[in-house]
Amino acid sequence: MSTTTSDMVTLLLGVGGILLFASSVGYVLQRKLSPDGSNGAIENLNARIKAWWAMVFLIAIAFIAGRVGVLLLFAFCSFAALREFITLINTRRADHWAIAAAFFLALPINYYLLWAEEYGIYAIFIPVYAFLLMPIIAVLRGDTQNFLLRISEVQWALMICVFCASHVPALLTLQIPDYEGRNVLLIAFLVIVVQSSDVLQYIWGKLFGRTKIAPKLSPSKTVEGFAGGVASATLLGASLWWITPFTPLQAGLMSFIITMMGFFGGLVMSAIKRDRGVKDWGHLIEGHGGLIDRLDSVVFSAPIFFHLTRYWWSLT
Amino acid sequence: MIRDLLAKLASVAIMMFARALTAARAIWHETGLPPKQSIYFANHSSHGDFILIWAVLPPWLRERARPVASAEYWLKSKLTSFIGRDVFDAVLIERDPAARTSDPVEQMATALDEGASLIVFPEGTRNQTEAKLLPFKSGLYHLARKRPDVALVPVWINNLNRVMPKGEFVPIPLICTINFGEPLRVEPDESKEDFITRAQGALLSLAPAQTDNDA
Repeated sequence: MSTTTSDMVTLLLGVGGILLFASSVGYVLQRKLSPDGSNGAIENLNARIKAWWAMVFLIAIAFIAGRVGVLLLFAFCSFAALREFITLINTRRADHWAIAAAFFLALPINYYLLWAEEYGIYAIFIPVYAFLLMPIIAVLRGDTQNFLLRISEVQWALMICVFCASHVPALLTLQIPDYEGRNVLLIAFLVIVVQSSDVLQYIWGKLFGRTKIAPKLSPSKTVEGFAGGVASATLLGASLWWITPFTPLQAGLMSFIITMMGFFGGLVMSAIKRDRGVKDWGHLIEGHGGLIDRLDSVVFSAPIFFHLTRYWWSLT
Repeated sequence: MIRDLLAKLASVAIMMFARALTAARAIWHETGLPPKQSIYFANHSSHGDFILIWAVLPPWLRERARPVASAEYWLKSKLTSFIGRDVFDAVLIERDPAARTSDPVEQMATALDEGASLIVFPEGTRNQTEAKLLPFKSGLYHLARKRPDVALVPVWINNLNRVMPKGEFVPIPLICTINFGEPLRVEPDESKEDFITRAQGALLSLAPAQTDNDA
């Protein structure tokens, strides 16, 4: 067994153990406080834990399937996220072709370029080509009402749901000396730090949360949850330095940046939801809401993590 | 035999495609699932409307649900008639009263007597206007009078008109919700106008409060 595989197995066993623990706690809480299923918070907690099992299972399958598996998983995530996003924005008949092009051209091409390891084109495909071509497609229909607003919303959807989200699998294209063949562990590192930060903020918030941090944006987020979550996720990230090309200190710093980006990304995406008058982006993941509700912090942290790693560690 | 198998495969394929595109999700009324035999009446903005209703019904309700559709449209070609007749087992009615050889209400009543549920679009045609709902045709009332025991279930289909507006041939993926309302029945002494108004109101009450897209 290569070290990468054994590290992956260790990680999976660790995550599995934590989920097992979470499921037992959820079970006991349910038996004690909500035997008839009437306590909404506990039912939601258990739905979330169940969904976590499914998500970990899916990610594990993708990792086992290798590069193509990871690319397909994130291409699907981008598709589902884009679908949730476009559902909530203002579109008119005249945007039909521009939106169809976003789904059926921009998204597959973006992931194809990653598969082909054409980093130079990948990095500018959506920010340059799609950015300029989409308004051209839309303007051909001649509908000027709210034009800038409409086209900006579609651009933003594409940047967030496809371009930014695809920076997670883009980690596979980095060439880091003495880290060959281990890039998939960088994805594991990013996903574990971001998601554990979300979960730890939730737990710290539920246990000690008193002071609301952004009542207008996200009524459930508290200062205590934020501080406790970021600090503990940073420590967790530092303790995972052995799966990264970083030293423990560097891994901790990276984790801190990831968690901060994730937190503020969550606030940005909440602002959009509040403006549109919805609580969740969708219903894809039982207990969590839509896919974007789970992906928002990843989307904001992945490109920054990618570029920091690329600038300081990668040869490409 | 082979035709049946093909029809079964086609129905599964169409359903999977519809779900992949729209992540269709039913929101049931607080009183629970609709009765086993129902007349689902829905807003009509796209050819895919009945497919979405059909796709979100649980299997035991779905297998007896038959869409009521225009014979002129579905018998146009071999393919459409295969889809209309074999795949969806549609009750095909003739829309043009002058050329009619059979009475649509009679056909629907017969289908109900055979145990089927019906999916009907009382607006009569796809709504291409800015209005949320076109005025209902009277067929729903006459059918309800004929078979007063069968529950009428209002169903609001949200967003499908944005997925594939009339005249486009590439659908765009958007999340669609299908909102089932409380079953209603025609009252013994209710007039046609009163019933139609009530049915329209029941359907409209399921529409989302504000639609800020004007697609």
